[in-house]
Order: sequence, then C-alpha cells, then structure tokens
Amino acid sequence: MDNDKESGVAYWKANLSLVKWSLVIWAIVSFGFGIVLRPLLSGIKIGGTDLGFWFAQQGSIYVFLILIFFYAWRMNALDKKFGVDEE
Amino acid sequence: MDLQTLTYLVVGSTFALYIGIAIWARAGTTGEFYAAGRGVHPVTNGMATAADWMSAASFISMAGLIAFVGYDNSTFLMGWTGGYVLLAMLLAPYLRKFGKFTVPEFIGDRFYSPTARLVAVICLIVASLTYVIGQMTGVGVAFSRFLNVSSEIGLFVGAAIVFAYAVLGGMKGITYTQVAQYCVLILAYTIPAIFISLQLTGNAFPQVGLFSNTLADGVPLLTKLNEVIGELGFASYTGHHSNTLNMVLFTLSLMIGTAGLPHVIIRFFTVPRVADARWSAGWALVFIALLYTVAPAVGAMARLNLVDTIQIGQVGAPDGNLAYDDRPDWFRNWETTGLLKFEDKNGDGRIQYYNDASQGFAAKAEEFGWKGNELDVNRDILVLANPEIAQLPNWVIALVAAGGLAAALSTAAGLLLAISSAVSHDLIKGAYNPNISEKSELLAARIAMAASIVVATYLGLNPPGFAAQTVALAFGLAAASIFPALMMGIFVKRINNKGAVAGMLTGLIFTIVYIFWYKGWLFIPGTNFAPDTPDAWVFGISPLSIGSVGALLNFGVAYFVSNATEEPPQEIQDLVESIRIPRGAGAATGH
Repeated sequence: MDNDKESGVAYWKANLSLVKWSLVIWAIVSFGFGIVLRPLLSGIKIGGTDLGFWFAQQGSIYVFLILIFFYAWRMNALDKKFGVDEE
Repeated sequence: MDLQTLTYLVVGSTFALYIGIAIWARAGTTGEFYAAGRGVHPVTNGMATAADWMSAASFISMAGLIAFVGYDNSTFLMGWTGGYVLLAMLLAPYLRKFGKFTVPEFIGDRFYSPTARLVAVICLIVASLTYVIGQMTGVGVAFSRFLNVSSEIGLFVGAAIVFAYAVLGGMKGITYTQVAQYCVLILAYTIPAIFISLQLTGNAFPQVGLFSNTLADGVPLLTKLNEVIGELGFASYTGHHSNTLNMVLFTLSLMIGTAGLPHVIIRFFTVPRVADARWSAGWALVFIALLYTVAPAVGAMARLNLVDTIQIGQVGAPDGNLAYDDRPDWFRNWETTGLLKFEDKNGDGRIQYYNDASQGFAAKAEEFGWKGNELDVNRDILVLANPEIAQLPNWVIALVAAGGLAAALSTAAGLLLAISSAVSHDLIKGAYNPNISEKSELLAARIAMAASIVVATYLGLNPPGFAAQTVALAFGLAAASIFPALMMGIFVKRINNKGAVAGMLTGLIFTIVYIFWYKGWLFIPGTNFAPDTPDAWVFGISPLSIGSVGALLNFGVAYFVSNATEEPPQEIQDLVESIRIPRGAGAATGH
C-alpha cells in the first residue's frame, strides 16, 4: 500500500514536470516568438517578412502539434512505467 | 451545368449523406446519447472535434479578419489552436477518467456543491446559446447567397437537418455526421486555396506559398502585399500596430476559452480510454491545423487579389482604377447581398479603394481627386467570394457553399448537445428528479434537444442586435469561470466548495462587468459607462481580452478562500487521486 502511494506520488510528479516544460515551450513559441520577442527575431528573414511573423501565423501551430503528440507518447510510457495504465 | 443547379446538387447530396448517417446511428441509451457509448476511435473523435470546433466563424470569417488587419490578428490563429495544448495536458484525460456525462456534473461532484454545478450550468447555457446564434445566422446567409432561397427558409431547412440527426442520434449521430461534415468543409476550404496559391506563387501548398515569391514579378508575396496596400495608405500587413499587452491577453483568453468551452470538452468523453483522450486532442489539432495554417495564406492572397482587381494601374493615374461598369461578375453577385457596396463619391465612374482614415495619405488623395474610400467590403465575404475572385470552376464554388453549411451545422449540433445534456442531465436528473429512469432521461434528453433547436432557430431568425458582440461573452465566461474551476479541481486538491464557488463567481462577475462597462449593460446601446475605444480601456485591455484576467482572479480567490477554510472531505480527496491515474477508466463507463 505504502509502495503504491509512493509510486503514485512519483507518477504525478513526473506528469507535472512534463506538463510544466511543455507549457513553457507552448508559451515561448506563441506569446514569446510570435508576439513579445518578435523584435529580437526581426533579423531572421523569411519570405518577405521575419521569423516572428512566421511563428505567429504558422510555426506556433506546428509546435503545438508536436507538443501534444510528444506529451501523449511520454504519458502513455509513464502510465506503463508506474503501472497505472489501463489494462 | 449552371452554377445554381450544381450548387443544389452538391449541397443536396451532402444533406442526404447527413440524413443517412442519422438513420444509421440512432442512440438507444443515455450513454449513447450523451457520449456515443464511449466507443469512438481517437482519430474519428479528433475529426469530429475539429468539425465541432470549427464554426461558421472559423470557416467564413477568420481569413477575412486576418486579410484586412494582417499580423495583429494572428491572435486568432494562435489562440484558437493553443487551447488544444491546454485541453490535452490539463483537462481532457482527467475528465475522461472521471467518466461522467457533462461538465457541470464534474464541477458539482468535485466541489460537492449543487451551487457550483448550477453556476456551471448557467455559464454553459449562456456561452453555448450565444454561440449557436452565430451558427444559425451563418446557415441563413449561406442559403440566401448560394441557393437563392430566403434566409428564413434556409434556416428551417438547416434546423430540420440538425433535428434529424441530433434528436435521433444524440452524441452518436452527431459524431458521425461531424466526421462527414469535416471532410466536406476541409475540401471546400483547401481546394480553392491550393488553386489560388498555384495561380499567385506556383506553389501547391498555401502554407509555403504565403512565404514564396509571386509568379508575376518574383518578389515575396508579403513584400508585394505590403507595397500595394502601402501605396493606398493602409498600414503594413506584416507590421505590429496594436498594443502588445492586449495582444498577449487576447491570445491567452482565446486559448483558455477554447479549453473551457463545454461543447469541445464533452467530445473527449466519447473515447474508450484515457490514453485515447490524449491522442485524440492531438488528432483534433491535426485536423484543425489543416484549415488554420491555410487561413492566413487565404487571407493574404485574397487581399492581394482584391486590390489587384480594383487598382488595375498606377495609383493616382486617371485610368488606374477599375471602371464601375467593368466590374466582374462576382462583384455584381455580392452587391445584391449588400455585403459589398460601392458609392461613387467623386463621380468619376471608377472605384477607389484606399484608406481614407490615414492622415498621411489624405494630401495624396486630394491631389488625385479622390473624395473618400468608395468600396465597402464586408470581411465575411472573402472566403465565400474567393473562388469567384480567382475565377475557379463552378464546382469549386458549389463546394464552398456546402463547406460553409457543414461548418455551421456541425458546430450548432455540438452546442445543442451541450445545452440539452446540461438541461436533461444536470437540471432534470441532477437537481429536480434524481430517480428518473434511464428511459425517461433519454426521452427528456431528446425533448431538451428539440426545444434547444426551436430556441436556436428562433434566435437565428430574430438575432438580438448584440449577436456579434456575444462571442466575447462566450469566451469570457468559458475562460474566467469554467476553465479555472476544472483545472483547479484536478490539480489542486486543497480547493474546497467555498473556494470554488467564490472563485467562479468572482471571475464571472468581474468579466461580465468589464464587458458590459464598455459594450453596454446587456449590450443595450447607450448604457455603457465608457466608450469602447483603446484609450478608454484599462491599460489598453479590450473587453474581448478580459477573460484571461478574470481567470487569474478566479484562481487567486479560489486559492485564498480554500486555504482560509476547511479541507475538502476525505472522499473528495480520494476522488481527485483517482482521476489523476488512468487505471480503471473502463469501469466508469457503466454509469
């Protein structure tokens, strides 16, 4: 029982850290590169505009996609590792 | 075959398909009616979610919103997709594990509070009803423009179709029609975009075409666009012209509003397992991204095509502008709808389209003998008129009509299910008669669905004057009230009933008051306390962006009130523990 509890805590911790880092990237590509940090990226030109514009209209969406699939893949592995997956 | 017949044929066959699915996918139990029996494959659910989510606003309006503003309206692109990251990581898998049928049910159980459930029901109904009005009016517009019938008849036909598959099939019928509707709408959106991208840039992928050189003169498309609109006094397309803080908060409001909209959340109750809920959010975004990465290209290219159509020569040259008598067919077609208007202010018989609000350009305009902008383009027509502007074949135009209808109908059905399940499951079974039998609840759900369709049709026929404003309200309520309650319910065990109710009410009241302050109480014109202009907004934060601030307040108040009062009971803490792990999700499906 105690073992279960400890492993449950570790599972939740691992999940939280995965969510935290995913959301950091989520915020950097959209609010960061797409809006606030756009002036810093203005030197990098792409197709008649700059990288920040690309992130705002294309890039952030691609990164969101990668993030969700990466999260699903990692979480399903964590479920198995901690033995809490659906049988 | 002429366009009219072709359009009837294409739209008619999509409708026949939806009816066919309705007959095939009837619901026999409440589990099937509310959650499609929890047997939907994650990819199928992703596709249905994409159709559910992408409304008339995404299909018809979004590209226009970007086309006429440019970079500053990228907020819609990031906001309406970024919410899926939050859904996938913070809500969907846990709510699926919880294994009940509605969003208010989770809030009521987790916070052991009928009051919290009731607040959630009210938010849900207000948010969903306001949203559904837009879909119904969209159906009316599409019918009146493309099928030459009055928008009233169009609305009745649309409502009858939704009635068939939503009342018979509930979530099950809606899911499979949404899959069909997704296919129709994505083809209708991308095919014209591919043609136009090929015409302008030679690149078949509009996503790449947007950043490619134009075939005409070999300069990048966006540089060219900045040039041609700049010559007419418009602000640059790629430039940042709005308040940065407001842009961030608006994007954030759209993101958490998206994640908190009940009709989207309940789609994740239909998959068999928790792991599927995670994958399914990813698939939903794949199918959404197919449209959302194309939309900015459609916007930029349509703007360029529009200017090129009107400004046929040198800016300021006497014969530089298109003569009104030479206007193309699509121009005439849209004039009859009143969504495109021309007024010959300087009486030269030619169309001048430029930014007459620009002070820098005023001197030039005077020199040219221009007396003001003469062309008024409703931005909603861009996507619908796009294939005509680019002179694409008739079948593409017919397909766009079917696509617009698919986008509006699929979203309307999802919203109606969210409303009717809140009424039959949360109000009738939850609050009024908990001992209601399975059979009676299913009947109640069907009656609630039929009643919601009648109300939505009525509101579609008589849209309140504030219909356009209410989207802010829908997202504001979802962002400030529903999303924080759900997230804290899962991630913070310490939140008790008092904290949750106090937080939800704070977020709700703050957001509503801020919106009404600038937009008028209950949106009644003239009752606002301050003008709805950037100068009057607190820190330049628009009422559309305030939902994210309301959400922060909700989090803060809930946290402090909970910590100042007693811990939630042990069984609630156990409940939170159990929804955090996937194991045992199958058992919850029985209900």
